[in-house]
Amino acid sequence: MTIGLSHYLVVAAVLFTIGILGIFVNRKNIIIILMCIELMLLAVNVNLVAFSAQFGDLTGQVFALVILTVAAAEAAIGLAILVVFFRNRGSIAVEDVNAMKG
Amino acid sequence: MLIALAFYLFAAIAVAAAVMVVTARNPVHSVLFLILTFFSSAGLFMLAGAEFLALILIVVYVGAVAVLFLFVVMMLDIDIAELRQGVLDYVPLGALIGLIMLVELGLALGVWAFAPEAASSVAAPVHPGLTNTEALGRVLYSDFLYVFQASGLVLLVAMIGAIVLTLRERPGVKRQSIAQQVGRLRAEAVELKDIRPGQGL
Repeated sequence: MTIGLSHYLVVAAVLFTIGILGIFVNRKNIIIILMCIELMLLAVNVNLVAFSAQFGDLTGQVFALVILTVAAAEAAIGLAILVVFFRNRGSIAVEDVNAMKG
Repeated sequence: MLIALAFYLFAAIAVAAAVMVVTARNPVHSVLFLILTFFSSAGLFMLAGAEFLALILIVVYVGAVAVLFLFVVMMLDIDIAELRQGVLDYVPLGALIGLIMLVELGLALGVWAFAPEAASSVAAPVHPGLTNTEALGRVLYSDFLYVFQASGLVLLVAMIGAIVLTLRERPGVKRQSIAQQVGRLRAEAVELKDIRPGQGL
């Protein structure tokens, strides 16, 4: 019973699907949506690390590091926008985000 | 055997915590379950032999991103009940799309195979005898220098963006104005009154 590449890929696929499902289910709460995006990025990282381990190739780990960076930047910017939006409107409901609608 | 057991444990905890992130009623609980997911995924990374990435995942995600989420969730005065309203309406649609996605991924997983030349076209092979961190450092600062600098640039832009977005001038807050302090004249600051002896002011 050795753990191979496909085990990791299944875990990553399940995590990714949970992330997508979360975006659809929690359509009103933008904080949960941001967390679901983090989950999906994590699933991608699991994939990259699994392939990297399979081939003995460090490229996958380097790019997992890049994705980690992008995820951190995305969380910081997203939450900053969220704080500014809450300051202006007093709510974070996604339905209220139509100020730019023509 | 032990490795397989650890893998299944970490994988099960990661998936269960991810489900709880999506379904938890309180956003604070969601953030805490997100932290648990990241911890278990760090365990998976560790099992795959990516020790540096596993620890970076804990440092960056649990130490920075999750705490950032926690701060924002706690700072904003959110009406949870209002946000939870109508969640059940979207469950059928979400479950359908999730199922389709999972089936598609499963199909892709079931039929794919490596190209025969894949194993020989490794870009940055792992040298035996080097630790994971040392090997990663050797390629990160040489072969992937531009990638490394680009990610630094991403972080810089994100930092500037976050500061610019959240900085605001608040009226009614006392601040030190050094130019005003230094530029003050004697005539504005001191007034001399001539008082006659014995009369007072």
